[in-house]
Amino acid sequence: MELGFTTAAYVVAAVLFILSLGGLSGQESAKRAVWYGIVGMGLAVFATLIGPGSGLWLLSLLLLAGGGAIGVVVAQRVQMTEMPQLVAAMHSLVGLAAVFVGFNAHIEAARVAAMSAVDRAALSGFAAVLAHKTPVELSILQVELFLGVFIGAVTFTGSVVAFGKLAGKITSKATKLPGGHMLNAGAAALSVILLLVYLNGAPLWALVLMTLLAFFIGYHLIMGIGGADMPVVVSMLNSYSGWAAAAIGFSLGNDLLIVVGALVGSSGAILSYIMCKAMNRSFISVILGGFGGDGGPAAEIEGEMVAIEAEGVAQALNDADSVIIVPGYGMAVAQAQQAVSELTARLRAKGKTVRFGIHPVAGRLPGHMNVLLAEARVPYDIVLEMDEINDDFPQTDVAIVIGSNDIVNPAAQEDPNSPIAGMPVLEVWKAHDVFVMKRGQGTGYSGIENPLFYKENTRMFYGDAKESITKLLSLVD
Amino acid sequence: MQMKSAANRGVTSPLLWASLRAAVAGGATKILKNLKWRDDDLKIGTPKEILEGENRVAMTPDSAKALQKLGYDCVIETGAGVGAGFRDADYEAAGVEIVKTAAALFKEADIVAKVRVPTEAELKRLRKGQTLITFFNPAENETGLELAAKKGASVIAMEMVPRISRAQKMDALSSMANIAGYRAVIEAGNNFGRFFTGQVTAAGKVPPAKVLVVGAGVAGLAAIGTATSLGAITYAFDVRPEVAEQIESMGAEFVYLDFEETGQDSAATGGYAAPSSPEFREKQLEKFRELAPDMDIVITTALIPGRPAPKLWTEDMVAAMKPGSVIVDLAAERGGNCDLTKPDERIVTDNGVTIIGYTDFPSRMAAQASTLYANNIRHMMDDLTPEKDGKPVHNMEDDVIRGATVTHGGEVTYPPPPPKVKAIAAPAKKPAEKELTPEERKARELAEFQAQTKRQVTLLAIGAALVLGVGLIAPASFMQHLIVFVLSVFIGFQVIWNVSHSLHTPLMAVTNAISSIIIVGALLQIGSGAWLVVLLAALSVFMAGINIFGGFLVTRRMLAMFQKS
Repeated sequence: MELGFTTAAYVVAAVLFILSLGGLSGQESAKRAVWYGIVGMGLAVFATLIGPGSGLWLLSLLLLAGGGAIGVVVAQRVQMTEMPQLVAAMHSLVGLAAVFVGFNAHIEAARVAAMSAVDRAALSGFAAVLAHKTPVELSILQVELFLGVFIGAVTFTGSVVAFGKLAGKITSKATKLPGGHMLNAGAAALSVILLLVYLNGAPLWALVLMTLLAFFIGYHLIMGIGGADMPVVVSMLNSYSGWAAAAIGFSLGNDLLIVVGALVGSSGAILSYIMCKAMNRSFISVILGGFGGDGGPAAEIEGEMVAIEAEGVAQALNDADSVIIVPGYGMAVAQAQQAVSELTARLRAKGKTVRFGIHPVAGRLPGHMNVLLAEARVPYDIVLEMDEINDDFPQTDVAIVIGSNDIVNPAAQEDPNSPIAGMPVLEVWKAHDVFVMKRGQGTGYSGIENPLFYKENTRMFYGDAKESITKLLSLVD
Repeated sequence: MQMKSAANRGVTSPLLWASLRAAVAGGATKILKNLKWRDDDLKIGTPKEILEGENRVAMTPDSAKALQKLGYDCVIETGAGVGAGFRDADYEAAGVEIVKTAAALFKEADIVAKVRVPTEAELKRLRKGQTLITFFNPAENETGLELAAKKGASVIAMEMVPRISRAQKMDALSSMANIAGYRAVIEAGNNFGRFFTGQVTAAGKVPPAKVLVVGAGVAGLAAIGTATSLGAITYAFDVRPEVAEQIESMGAEFVYLDFEETGQDSAATGGYAAPSSPEFREKQLEKFRELAPDMDIVITTALIPGRPAPKLWTEDMVAAMKPGSVIVDLAAERGGNCDLTKPDERIVTDNGVTIIGYTDFPSRMAAQASTLYANNIRHMMDDLTPEKDGKPVHNMEDDVIRGATVTHGGEVTYPPPPPKVKAIAAPAKKPAEKELTPEERKARELAEFQAQTKRQVTLLAIGAALVLGVGLIAPASFMQHLIVFVLSVFIGFQVIWNVSHSLHTPLMAVTNAISSIIIVGALLQIGSGAWLVVLLAALSVFMAGINIFGGFLVTRRMLAMFQKS
């Protein structure tokens, strides 16, 4: 098939991908948007298969079908609470694929360069494209594939570590090897030197060594970032996988790869930026891990935590007219969203106003809580964002905090020395009564004491969130 | 309304006779009781009010039923409710035992509930362990306090109920003040020879009456509400600036003083007014003087706890008023806010201004007042009987009970310690945010705009320079790709800003699926020569395949869940 047709198909696919991302602005249009994405992808694959430069299409289709089957099974089996892990795992696949494709480009380039002029003329496929390149174009190609492999490798190990942390297989605490950021900086500097070496004669060992270094950077970078910052990390890795695809697109001279890679890369970057803004943290400090410098001793907390039993909470709920529920990662861990939904339905049936306040970084993935609540069939029009609901707490009878900690920490507003000072938080303590569902007295992921638990109108309702709410269900008549 | 200190009223010769009769009657009922059965239930009794002209009664048939639900037996002196329109038969129908005399009632009842401050004679009838619930005026009733303490009785003074939200249901001062405020307007209307509301009739135009309410406590607010609903133009004044909102909510206009003083913080005084500085008072009187000629009706309700009523409406103001105007002085009992007020009397001045100094407004609406007061008493018993088993528990740790109890266990417990819960939360300190003038705001906006422009231009310049620099060395084919790349990045930025927060997870899943576009690269390479290339490309296709299907399917699953209520 002609090159013209493939290009035309790529244009259509690119437009469909843009529409697909844009369509996610609303719940209703999002359902259509996914179809745009699917059709775009199908078109891209189809056009590439029948276009110039590809071969072995039977093998390709078989592999695609095999991978697809696995993908379908995973997608259907996965629990909604495991969504962050899944997304991270998938990013690692894209990263690794980018590394492989980059290596292929190198091998092909080396093979073509070694051929005689006659042989070159007889080449087909990707090798033929390479054969027509001028020396300047070739060195640009080398830079591009070097970059693509580097970013892909960082994405791969970074995503694997993020997966481990989210799945609880690796400690979610921020850990660093001795040397800290200097190790990362050193590895990056060494990679730049290797790039120069690679440009002078393109030895394979330079590429391999750089890949190993990039693997290390990805691993060490994400290990140094605590569990609470995972939403940023996941979207950041998402962005990286996009940039890797774009870099590979440059080296292959494929515009569709460039367009889509750039779309994914920039969208991931924006998402990370939005997350960071919601936590009032600088992007750099999140990426580099840890909470930056210490600003002085945190304020001492006075008072004591007062526990309460299910009966007391149920009584308060029965008396309340308006209730705001603030879910956090604890709800996801306890798989309590169904019980929460049931409780919500019961309270609403009694004519009470029940709403949800979602902090932008609640959970381990941007929008994590929304997805869980949606899974449990909580209507999305009572699930509100922080800015929409924060002013309503003073008029609220009961606020229920389910397994969230830092996002309801008043220290962010009251204590300038707190590590989370200035981070916008849900002002639950302004409600008449606050009930905090929590497994124990420990601190949250960030390890910061929460003065909310010591406030006069706060009662601690200890226990597993799912069991606690199920207990409440039997008591709320 | 403060109740009259009337401890020495009603002590007359019938006392001897009455107590004799009571002794006989008491003995008789005792025998009768022994004959019938041992009755363990405690009794709540209400005597007939002794004070002349007092029509209220502390128990109504309805409240008696509620008290019986708490586990008490009820007993009432015959004829106690007549003034308020409740006949003995009504009480009997509600299961209340009727006794003939006050003496018998005091003998019989374990808890005595009444309205007015008890006389010496009544106090002498108290016995050890008995509880008396009534208005007591403990601040000016030392002899009464000592007598009750000596007798070993517990006295709960209804005016001492702290003004906290929890205790509002038993705040008899408020419920009586509400009635007084209403009645004050009605009484004023009765003495005012015109309409309240303005009318344009065929017979001529009628101007609306102008009413000034001084002191916007419960009585004041009730008066404002009544006057406005009758159609008058109502003005109101109070020394506590924060009640302006309440006044305006009732439909009156708040009279502002042009005075620089940190306004009274009523939170510190439990919601009551405190005395004001002489300068403030001067300013206040000046304002009243200015208003006096215009006002048709003036209702004064200004009281400061534990002090004589402040003089706010002076003789010259009365003189400045129009003939036919009416002044109702709700503070008459404590000397009156008006110089000319005579307690319990209605007088007409030389210039034709009527001044009403009645002190019995609640009693003038005895049916309503009794119902509310009896409910207050019932709520008090409710709190005193936490188990609802007819056994009162005098919990001196409880703010409300402690505050209202003036004698207990043979000792005078007045005055109470300050309550643990403040009646009204102290107002939050207002943030000292400076209001910007329009010029300043404009200047700031302009500066912001300029800074933004500068930032954007700098970024663009740097970006353009970089691209141009690359363009100098890079070949044309690369530049074509670069254009595509840069534009795509821009589209990505623009598109993502609009994605709603709740869809961020689906967004990630979709971008993840889309990023497996890398499959195109692998597909391009898979057909070219070397086995290693084919192997790596094949692996890439496989992995990207997982991603494509997994990513899109998961997204669809997620989106299918979002539903409207």
